[in-house]
Amino acid sequence: MSMNTQGRPTAPGEAGERFRPKTFTGNRGLDMEEPLIFEFGGLETSGVDLDEPDDLEFELGSHKRTASINLPGLAEPEAMRHFVRLSRNNYAIDSGLYPLGSCTMKHNPRLNEKMARLPGFGDIHPLQPVSTVPGALELIDELAHWLMVMTGTEAVAMSPKAGAHGELCGMMAIKAAHTAAGRSPEIVLVPESAHGTNPATAALLGYKVVAIAAKDDGTVALQALKETIAKHDGNIAGIMLTNPNTCGLFERDIMEIADLIHAAGGYFYCDGANFNAIVGKARPGDLGVDAMHINLHKTFSTPHGGGGPGSGPVVLSERLAPFAPLPFIRKTVDGLDLVETEAAVYDGERPFGRMTAFHGQMGMYVRALAYMQSHGSDGLRQASEDAVLNANYVRVGLQDLMTLPYGERPCMHEVLFDDSFLKNTGVTTLDFAKAMIDEGYHPMTMYFPLVVHGAMLIEPTESESRASLDLFIATMRDLVMSAQRGESERFSGAPYLAPRRRLDETGAARKPVLKWTMPEPAEVTPVAAE
Amino acid sequence: MTTYYSKDHEWIAVEGDIATVGITTYAQEQLGDVVYVELPDAGKTVSQGDEAAVVESVKAASEVYAPIDGEVTEANTVLADEPAKVNEDPEGAAWFIKMKVGNPDQLSELMDEAAYKAYVDTL
Repeated sequence: MSMNTQGRPTAPGEAGERFRPKTFTGNRGLDMEEPLIFEFGGLETSGVDLDEPDDLEFELGSHKRTASINLPGLAEPEAMRHFVRLSRNNYAIDSGLYPLGSCTMKHNPRLNEKMARLPGFGDIHPLQPVSTVPGALELIDELAHWLMVMTGTEAVAMSPKAGAHGELCGMMAIKAAHTAAGRSPEIVLVPESAHGTNPATAALLGYKVVAIAAKDDGTVALQALKETIAKHDGNIAGIMLTNPNTCGLFERDIMEIADLIHAAGGYFYCDGANFNAIVGKARPGDLGVDAMHINLHKTFSTPHGGGGPGSGPVVLSERLAPFAPLPFIRKTVDGLDLVETEAAVYDGERPFGRMTAFHGQMGMYVRALAYMQSHGSDGLRQASEDAVLNANYVRVGLQDLMTLPYGERPCMHEVLFDDSFLKNTGVTTLDFAKAMIDEGYHPMTMYFPLVVHGAMLIEPTESESRASLDLFIATMRDLVMSAQRGESERFSGAPYLAPRRRLDETGAARKPVLKWTMPEPAEVTPVAAE
Repeated sequence: MTTYYSKDHEWIAVEGDIATVGITTYAQEQLGDVVYVELPDAGKTVSQGDEAAVVESVKAASEVYAPIDGEVTEANTVLADEPAKVNEDPEGAAWFIKMKVGNPDQLSELMDEAAYKAYVDTL
């Protein structure tokens, strides 16, 4: 070991590695113990210095505020530091592998961001005259074209804001089609493994939800479907099905399912959450799908979660196309026009209403089209193939240690394990997920789908390199072996190394505290009288 | 009093024409820490298989289905404030609803304790 001029070692050595000082500030080096903004932002101070307005006429009548709203007043550097420090405690797709199954946390290419910030797209306003934004209309129309080509469908409602909103849009189109035909069927079929939003959407529209059982291989049981359809003959509005399903498996009987539903007078709503597994490989329209939302924030790489708003355009089959909601774009001899009102629709167009005040998530349209055009049709197909390849690489790397509920058949873009491999270890799926946080990973989706005991649903996405997957697999193997060796302490209190330790989730759910209250009574500053 | 069990892990204790319905110890174990219970109002008429109540744990939300036809006569409103009781005493104090048996024939389709135990062992 080399020594410095005072005769001390120049490297800390083993003792130095082990020593963890308890700090005065509570900070741990660069890991800052950050208070809530309300706890340090003085209510008496203000970060801006504006002159008192004179001649201000008060026009809100009885809505006049009489007490302070207690907003913290911070100077710019204070506000800046607060949010930068918080952001460093965050885990994001830009900081590591994010294997949250069913959520598709794929890389958001920086090219998308650059395009979305072009002034012609970034600075336009939904209320400016349509004649001033022909480029924006063309971009929406071009994106709609890509979506229809990839899905083999006839129309697309662009405005829905995300997945569940898209489901609502698609199901409203289905309801409108039934109403137009003078029918009012009451039942929507939903497989057991469905996303919770599917039955919620159907119920919101007043439908009665009937669950369809799964076969031993995790896919829809055709026999159960036939029996249910027969039992409710003439009363089936449609089915809501995800393909690939939430077990990460392709529903091989999808075309027969579509035929059965159509023969029963119903429509086929496909939950497009997992479309990223089949882009360029299969077109939902060819599979008999009547309506499907597309999560641009999953399949087409726009930011997901806290990173940006979702966007959930809904493609519609020929039979549902007339019922597409307002607004939509129409090609005219003079170029593209935006149809915004009932008065402007043509004969045969029967929009069921509108889903949003404006036209949808323009910023996400730009990003999604940038992704599509920069990848091309061959690149998009390869992204699907690589997503499936990566999930199977993880499956094969773990299947001897972890347990697959439906056997060693190939999965699609995500792989589902159950918790049998943890039996008698005292470690639960929740503990296992928390220990992954100590290893620097965002946990996979857990306890979903509900049809599998202690479910762990891993979706690596196509963005990960082989080296990244190898490290993830090795980490998971180490954790499994540790649990099976009886090292339950590594799990029972995890995470140990995160900025916050294990939270009392049960206590928080049983006695939720939904509002921060000031520790001491606030000094109320009345607004000056008129 | 005779106690029956359903495949959806409910117990049904019948005394006269009144059935008391709750979820089994096994169901409670599978759910984990129960954090919320939603119960029907007394007077509601339910058919076998209808959603009668909702129980939510840290892991999942599940429906409690009416095991038989009947009219809800009373709901155990204590559970709304103390959902933890479902974990503590699922087959006793933490009953969900009492209902007037609408169709006694449906009881014969349910399991007795021994049959239910055997059923749980297969899961």
